[in-house]
Amino acid sequence: MAALLGRSCRKLGFLSSGHGARRTVSTETGKSLNLYAAINQALHIALDSDPRSYVFGEDVGFGGVFRCTTGLAERFGKNRVFNTPLCEQGIVGFGIGLAAMGNRAIVEIQFADYIYPAFDQIVNEAAKFRYRSGNQFNCGGLTIRAPYGAVGHGGHYHSQSPEAFFCHVPGIKVVIPRSPREAKGLLLSCIRDPNPVVFFEPKWLYRQAVEEVPEHDYTIPLSEAEVIREGNDITLVGWGAQLTIMEQACLEAEKEGISCELIDLKTLLPWDKETVEASVKKTGRLLISHEAPITGGFGAEISATILERCFLKLEAPVSRVCGLDTPFPLVFEPFYMPTKNKILDAIKTTVNY
Amino acid sequence: MAIWFARSRNLVSSLRHNLCLSSTILVKRDYSPRPVFTTSQLSSTVFLSPYVASLRHESTAAEKQLDVVQHSDDQEDALQELDFPGGNVGYTSEMKFIPESSSRRIPCYRVLDEDGRIIPDSDYFPVSEKLAVRMYEQMATLQVMDHIFYEAQRQGRISFYLTSLGEEAINIASAAALSPEDVVLPQYREPGVLLWRGFTLEEFANQCFGNKDDYGKGRQMPIHYGSNRHNYFTISSPIATQLPQAAGVGYSLKMEKKNACAVTFIGDGGTSEGDFHAGLNFAAVLEAPVMFICRNNGWAISTHTSEQFRSDGIVVKGQAYGIRSIRVDGNDALAVYSAVRSAREMAVTEQRPVLIEAMTYRVGHHSTSDDSTKYRAADEIQHWKMSRNPVNRFKKWVEDNGWWSEEDESELRSNTRKQLLQAIQAAEKCDKQPLKELFNDVYDVKPKNLEEQELGLKELVERQPQDYPSGFHV
Repeated sequence: MAALLGRSCRKLGFLSSGHGARRTVSTETGKSLNLYAAINQALHIALDSDPRSYVFGEDVGFGGVFRCTTGLAERFGKNRVFNTPLCEQGIVGFGIGLAAMGNRAIVEIQFADYIYPAFDQIVNEAAKFRYRSGNQFNCGGLTIRAPYGAVGHGGHYHSQSPEAFFCHVPGIKVVIPRSPREAKGLLLSCIRDPNPVVFFEPKWLYRQAVEEVPEHDYTIPLSEAEVIREGNDITLVGWGAQLTIMEQACLEAEKEGISCELIDLKTLLPWDKETVEASVKKTGRLLISHEAPITGGFGAEISATILERCFLKLEAPVSRVCGLDTPFPLVFEPFYMPTKNKILDAIKTTVNY
Repeated sequence: MAIWFARSRNLVSSLRHNLCLSSTILVKRDYSPRPVFTTSQLSSTVFLSPYVASLRHESTAAEKQLDVVQHSDDQEDALQELDFPGGNVGYTSEMKFIPESSSRRIPCYRVLDEDGRIIPDSDYFPVSEKLAVRMYEQMATLQVMDHIFYEAQRQGRISFYLTSLGEEAINIASAAALSPEDVVLPQYREPGVLLWRGFTLEEFANQCFGNKDDYGKGRQMPIHYGSNRHNYFTISSPIATQLPQAAGVGYSLKMEKKNACAVTFIGDGGTSEGDFHAGLNFAAVLEAPVMFICRNNGWAISTHTSEQFRSDGIVVKGQAYGIRSIRVDGNDALAVYSAVRSAREMAVTEQRPVLIEAMTYRVGHHSTSDDSTKYRAADEIQHWKMSRNPVNRFKKWVEDNGWWSEEDESELRSNTRKQLLQAIQAAEKCDKQPLKELFNDVYDVKPKNLEEQELGLKELVERQPQDYPSGFHV
């Protein structure tokens, strides 16, 4: 199973921008970093570049359970980097208050699985703060970071992908990076974006993904999808850790003569419809893959939109290869996951439709 | 602070004499009698006033607090201590439960009696004639404003309204005790704070009508005021969400070293929300200068406080978070003023949260969507409206000082009434918001999907105008 294979065996070299793809990141080389180190670097830069920025959440003081906040408290002081009580609604509510006063509040939710107590603050408060006040107030300085996604042994409450809930909320942005270099640039963009952002970090990649990450301060634009692999027969769209799996499927498909175009959506809300539309108009086929359960997943939004825009160009129904409609299981994880072979099967079915 | 000394013995005795008697009117309520404890079971002294008085203005680090608790009457084994994370605790071989409630409810701080006379030996900040008259005028204005807007809703001119009747003293006296730099995060029954700060009757009317001049751009229901100029955060309907936000606001003020605190309001019902717990706990742990003011008005729509909590109201919850707290007669403008002023000083100079429970009564219905005679006695409402009216009470004091006359009264009321009617007429006639404001401010910059939707809607409205209300300039 790709789920176990890639994860335990080797550190993955990362999906680099393909030919002709928009180069949104400086090509200068940097240090080889894993995902948590890249995020850590982004946080160091964020706090260094804006004295009114803060990092807080459960256990961030000592470096965090995933080490993303290592060294921050020592360097910037406990007034700016601090632990909070164990209370997600408090963490986000407090962050909204700080952001409303013009600060950058970079908040950590320990696992995306625990974000729900903060859902009211995110949906009813953060997302509507600017709009309801007639732009007299805003909490644009709020960035919520949360590890999400399968990790091989996480079960119900350490593996969830809740992005779909948040993509349904006008007023916030939802961003998911695929790699260390992407994560650093995207996170810095999120922090500096004048809107509240939810940033989901694929926890599986914290250690597993290693990439050259430029050491300087750089940003990657939001709401711009990236074609990371060009192809002609079918368009694949995904985000986060799932892209590694999809890339493996693309490589195998290529051996069978199928040319796959792979797109990293990066920002799910507001999402870059134009890039996906242009690709599907070229290939005539679309496959979307995400770990989250298929029903009501964000793939449905992409599918519906592309159907509206590209109906006559489509050679086959839009395919979705996603998690099953069950709580994320423990021992059954390899069966639940949208694996490389499931994707490969779907590619072939779609191409042969 | 010279005048305001802690004359504890007199204070305690006068407080005992004038206990807040909110329980007397609720004779029909079924209060289960408090169980009788043996003296040893009552030995916990956690809530008694001398303890509170001795800690006033002192630092209260966790260990210190625990050490003080040890000084209660019957700690036989107080010599032996165990250390645990969180500090040393003495231990006892006597198995003793802290009772679920104290033998006596926390008394209510008040300065004015029901006849508007200052109770002898009261602690309070003196209020000048100018300030007192302004406070009274604003309380009366708030009353008139509430009555007229309520009627406007009844007439179908605005879609919704809720009054602050009965809570004018909390609204105005608290605002009067704050500085304009203090950042206010209201619940929704505190328009008097905004009124005090200078929001005009026209500005209130504009928001209620959602017209072109509404700062909120017509996006929310009436009474959801907000004004950054007045440091008054825009109201949102969800209850208690502002409490943890206030902790963040206070923290920001602390970090910026501002001479200001966050002030946030909540009702008795709102304290049951998780955000109450979150807000108080965060403010305490992160040492944020936040004043939490709970308007305990007895009712959360139709839910009486006996169905809301089993504690002695809200004031006792403060200590559970390590927060200094006071219960005050919310219908006594002078007491509210003094308590808020004192709390503000503590919050700002000591960088700590403070909790004020202001006891009062919600004279009006919950809102124009409610008829409270369905769940409470009409004579109960009348009693509070007439004999326990905070505006009349303060008026008596102001009049007794020779600062206010009947001419002043009728002039104020008729002028205010006239102004309000004019404001309503003007707001009603005023243009509506342009349609583009439906799509602005969702984000700082309109994203593509909204640009497309705006174009689509514009085209639709031009094609089928009869499907849409008129007056929204496209």
